Amino acid sequence: MIERIEIPFRTRLAMFVRLLAIQGSWNYETLLGNGIGFCVEPALRLLPGGEGGEAYRAALARQSQYFNAHPYMAAVAVGALARAELDGESPARIERFRTALCGPLGSVGDRLVWAGWLPACSIAALAAFGFGLGTGGVVFVFLGLYNAGHLTLRAWGLSAGLDHGMRVASALGGPVLRRSPPHIAQVAAFVGGIALPLALDQVIGPGRALFGIVMAAVACGGLVLARLHGRAEGWKIGVGLLLVFVLYSVAR
Amino acid sequence: MTEVAQLLPLALLGAVLGLDVVSFPQAMISRPLVAATAAATLLGDPARGLLVGATLEMFALETLPFGASRYPEWGSAAVIGGGLFAMHGTASPGALTVAVLVALIAAWVGGWSMVQVRKLNARLARQRHDAVASGSKRVVEGLQVFGLTADLARGGLLTAAMLAIALPAQTFALGAWSSDPRVSRAVVVAVAASVAVGAVWKVVHAAPGARWLLLGGLAVGLALLALR
Repeated sequence: MIERIEIPFRTRLAMFVRLLAIQGSWNYETLLGNGIGFCVEPALRLLPGGEGGEAYRAALARQSQYFNAHPYMAAVAVGALARAELDGESPARIERFRTALCGPLGSVGDRLVWAGWLPACSIAALAAFGFGLGTGGVVFVFLGLYNAGHLTLRAWGLSAGLDHGMRVASALGGPVLRRSPPHIAQVAAFVGGIALPLALDQVIGPGRALFGIVMAAVACGGLVLARLHGRAEGWKIGVGLLLVFVLYSVAR
Repeated sequence: MTEVAQLLPLALLGAVLGLDVVSFPQAMISRPLVAATAAATLLGDPARGLLVGATLEMFALETLPFGASRYPEWGSAAVIGGGLFAMHGTASPGALTVAVLVALIAAWVGGWSMVQVRKLNARLARQRHDAVASGSKRVVEGLQVFGLTADLARGGLLTAAMLAIALPAQTFALGAWSSDPRVSRAVVVAVAASVAVGAVWKVVHAAPGARWLLLGGLAVGLALLALR
């Protein structure tokens, strides 16, 4: 029985700060792999033999191989893998566990953050803009809301991983991670409905005389883009339309 | 000389905010609402930055930055858009349209440049594979630092190059602009808001009752507008 190695606060803090740069060397071959090794490294110094020892080098090599996950949820993997290494789990078990983590951490993070929290915060900030909040207020609403979720998720993930080690799957089944995406989407739908006409009104300026026509065009354009769902990117269509309009306005 | 003095801080800002998109710290200071406002604040006009930032944010709502997918890089692009709109001090009917168009093109180019940095990271990781496999701390940290530096340089160069090209092009376009100010603003708003409607629907459509919540919110928003 190996004695459980306690992880000092300074090491946890170093891992957390490194998590912010976990995608620093993201590439199409090892994806997040090198970043995982980079973030786990402060904990590996606690292994028998210390930094540069045989156990340290073997663990760092293992943790720097291919890995794929959502960057925020990768905190769970970093914590759990560090704990597994410090608990002296066998390399084969750690590698199987590492492989098994990729899928769930990717899909949970994508649904929760990229398709949920980020657009919801963006919509909330557009609503704040639409309600006429000043520049500082709008920026504060967006960054405050978003990063409250972002930093909490990373800190929770690292802590859950370090506490549970290879039994971290139980933490991933928690109600917040499983049930919140649809609720976030519902709030985003309602706030989005309020935000869009108000934000449009703020931006339109001298075009307010044409407000009715603009609203009708937005309804038609939005409907077409919604029907195209996934088959065309609206922003690329936007580039084309604006380019044509600019050329027309300049060359006429 | 004045333009160079304005360009340098914007390029530095573009570098930092371009880095935030993926590499560090992903705190979303690179979102258009923040990045364009920051750029215009550097030039002394945050309100114009917020205006172009909100317009670009409507486009950016559509972008879901999933892992290996290719997506526009909004950080440096919004600095370019916010900078262009704030630099053009006099009210020109086409200023917002041109700034938004240039920012969208910059976002497109920026997305391509991110792919090139990722390929560069892959090439270096392949070359250093044996050292990584032997557990070299120096190499693992070196790869990370190289990637961060390359991404920082990418954002800075992109911002500087796009601004250097766009500034004279903007001056020419606004000098020759012939469309009515109301129509000019209406077109850019209509395009941006259409993309935003499609994007919001893409994000929320799978949630229970999303259709009615969206329509309900829209009714509230329009009622609030009518009361203004």
